[in-house]
Amino acid sequence: MSRRVVVTGLGVVAPNANGVRDFELALRKGLSGIRIHEKMIECGFGSHVAGVPQGIDELAESYFSEDLLLAMNSGHRCGAIAGVDAWKDAGFERPDPDDDRVDWDSGAVLGTGIGGMDTIANAIVPFTDAKRVRRLGSVTVEQVMSSGVSARLSGILALGNQVTTNSSACSTGSEAISMGVDRIRHGLAKRMLCGGVEGASHYIWAGFDGMRVLCRRFNDAPERASRPMSATAAGFVPSAGAGVLMLESLESAQERGARILAEVAGSAINCGGHRVGGSMTAPNPEGVRRCIRAALADARVAPEEVGAINGHLTATGADPKEVHSWAAALECSPSDLPPITSTKSMIGHTLGAAGGIESVACVLMLNGGFVHPSINCEDVHPEIEPYAASIPHTALQTPDLQVVVKAGFGFGDVNACLVFRKWNE
Amino acid sequence: MDQTEIFERVVKILNPYVKNQEAFKGISLATHILDDLKVNSARLVDVVLEFEDAFDIEIDDDDVDKVETVGNAVELIEAKIG
Repeated sequence: MSRRVVVTGLGVVAPNANGVRDFELALRKGLSGIRIHEKMIECGFGSHVAGVPQGIDELAESYFSEDLLLAMNSGHRCGAIAGVDAWKDAGFERPDPDDDRVDWDSGAVLGTGIGGMDTIANAIVPFTDAKRVRRLGSVTVEQVMSSGVSARLSGILALGNQVTTNSSACSTGSEAISMGVDRIRHGLAKRMLCGGVEGASHYIWAGFDGMRVLCRRFNDAPERASRPMSATAAGFVPSAGAGVLMLESLESAQERGARILAEVAGSAINCGGHRVGGSMTAPNPEGVRRCIRAALADARVAPEEVGAINGHLTATGADPKEVHSWAAALECSPSDLPPITSTKSMIGHTLGAAGGIESVACVLMLNGGFVHPSINCEDVHPEIEPYAASIPHTALQTPDLQVVVKAGFGFGDVNACLVFRKWNE
Repeated sequence: MDQTEIFERVVKILNPYVKNQEAFKGISLATHILDDLKVNSARLVDVVLEFEDAFDIEIDDDDVDKVETVGNAVELIEAKIG
């Protein structure tokens, strides 16, 4: 029989709060972390707003040695802070760098959608073009290699199981968690730190602005710019951060008497194959529905048991289609759709980190018995008007919340879905 | 610039790369940069780049290979700034 997988620790760095406790408060309040981003104005972006975690450099300086910080770009800083926090939240001490013991039972799947674009833009391109390659020194490769974010965490925590970085655009963080669950279920690891990371850099966001998929109509009202499910949604708001879950076999968690925050009851990953309306940038709705159904089947959860949905819901034209797909996958009428909410309404779209940060939100909601609001959609999109009653505009108190489903859909027509269940002793 | 001044600036540049703080406290010309201070060998190129900037000199890769101790670095820099 495959092992059950539980969550025993959380770590989060997000535009509206850093750290699990402050993040929960921000979620309950519906606090936006979206601000004007001067670099975007300076560089002629159509969109001037973004979500950037505040005080990350100061925080990183309090967590990591000068030597480590020399080779930690924005993504590394966010990911390592969230990773260390999840590790400590699970009841582990940070090992001494001089202690040669390796934890062969703990690993990490820490994904990133774009990677070290800031290092490429600020160092590799200008120095190479100026024929000053030797000036790059030793610190750039580890910041631009895709696996750098997970490798960094391994070095800090002496992780000795599988340590890797996945990448599947905006489903990256959710996929990472699904991959970690599989590894623990198969008995190949006791613990996996899983989630997603994305750095803050206008270079990461420029291409999206060029595609005209970023919100450019609320430059004068940043906190209202991220508007999933709204009639006036005008594109997503790019943002940054990291969310990491400590996944652990139930056996290991019980053996060491760990506090169990939730169970990852099931998960699924698929791709729509760029067919039936799916493309590099749009999801095949059949792929989306199959992914949600497969995750529920994996969790042995019936559609009517789903207590809340944390959607992908980015504030683009894809939102109404996604809501229809949720109802189709759960085989329910619009009035029976469980509460559906978008963490992105408060933090923007953290790209590869989204699945990680939003899964942290799911676990907090299960534990705290609430569904966080989906802000900025008082004017619900006309195509989903029949579902309007399912969208919370302020936090719902739901002490009986048992199951929360999270999905992430990414460019490349890739999907990942996770089913979290409240842990009842 | 005398040797003492060069030594002090070299010590300051090395500081963030040092992993053995005990050895750093007793740093002298005889201190071995990798073995005693436990500086990550990959980071030596970054230390050298900082020497170049700090003293406005250029250090060949072949010269870098000869630097093992703090004293070697100080002598090399002294020779370059003439």
